[in-house]
Amino acid sequence: MMTDPTMPSQAAAASSPETPTQLFHYVLQLADTSLILAHRLSEWCGHGPILEQDLAMANIALDLLGEARSYYQYAAELEGKGRTEDDLAYLRSAVEYRNPLLVEQPNGDFASTILRQFIYDAFHYHLLLQLKSGPDAQLAAIAEKSVKEAAYHIKWSSEWVIRLGDGTEESRRRVEKAIENLWRYAGELTTPSATEKALQAAGFLPDYVAIQQQIDAHVVRVFEEATLPVPQGVFMQKGGKDGRHSEHLGYLLAELQYLQRTYPGLQW
Amino acid sequence: MSQKEWPLWEVFIRSKQGLDHKHVGSLHAADAEMAIQNARDVYTRRLEGVSIWVVESKHVHASNPDDAQAFYEPANDKIYRHPTFYQVPDSIKHM
Repeated sequence: MMTDPTMPSQAAAASSPETPTQLFHYVLQLADTSLILAHRLSEWCGHGPILEQDLAMANIALDLLGEARSYYQYAAELEGKGRTEDDLAYLRSAVEYRNPLLVEQPNGDFASTILRQFIYDAFHYHLLLQLKSGPDAQLAAIAEKSVKEAAYHIKWSSEWVIRLGDGTEESRRRVEKAIENLWRYAGELTTPSATEKALQAAGFLPDYVAIQQQIDAHVVRVFEEATLPVPQGVFMQKGGKDGRHSEHLGYLLAELQYLQRTYPGLQW
Repeated sequence: MSQKEWPLWEVFIRSKQGLDHKHVGSLHAADAEMAIQNARDVYTRRLEGVSIWVVESKHVHASNPDDAQAFYEPANDKIYRHPTFYQVPDSIKHM
């Protein structure tokens, strides 16, 4: 589909022999990112501070899970080796996972979960806006569907950052602590990996500089209203997109993959 | 955080264009904006609506059940208030 020369939008993208493999790795990265964050949010189910927010987090988790499935299905198709979406999600080890470090960070308190979500949503929403008019038809279709959900996510997490920052002494202390702990993982989202650089050079992916500017503008707007200082000069951690993860991912996958690892091929 | 409960809100959903908003339930939220978002998450998960109203429950004034006799029973024997005593000409359709 992506090399179909009859599609006018393909003209801008210069496909090379490596492109299908690179695209496979990139789509897998998107899939892993959505799945891991969905799993983290789903851990809140039944533990939310109030029923309404418990449901809000479960809804967002389900949105992300749906998006992850679309990516895994497409990745399986791109790879063309007979693996299914389930094989890709349940039967790969932590070093094969390509999600950025941010999304595997533990939930912590509600403020930490909100801030992790806010950092991710700011990136996710602005990325999808670009992908939906990108040259790869399948990726564009998934982005087109998901951006409507992401628009709600970014609204939800932004308003919570404002509430917590400009709330009580306690809520502010907690969200400030979350910024201190989590901001270091924001940079990896817009730092292209080797795969992303290659796809950007081939015209399949947008440049991240413009996306970063949109993210920055959004963060400044929200933090100003939340009366929070915008973090400056934070040293950014990275490695997740190359398979170098924190110790948290192993535990998460142990739970997520338990059934398929213990009873291979089990269905219900 | 203070242990004070968030106020209660009544939620009204319009299921499709052209229909009225209908009361569907209530929820807790800190303010109107959050109440609308919560209503979206709690009451429109299965495509139930295209529009949401929220009203803080304290602003709803209700009739007193003790007044039922005085309020409603006098209407029982006044059937002439129903418009059923008119001859409708044949040429009037859709009545």
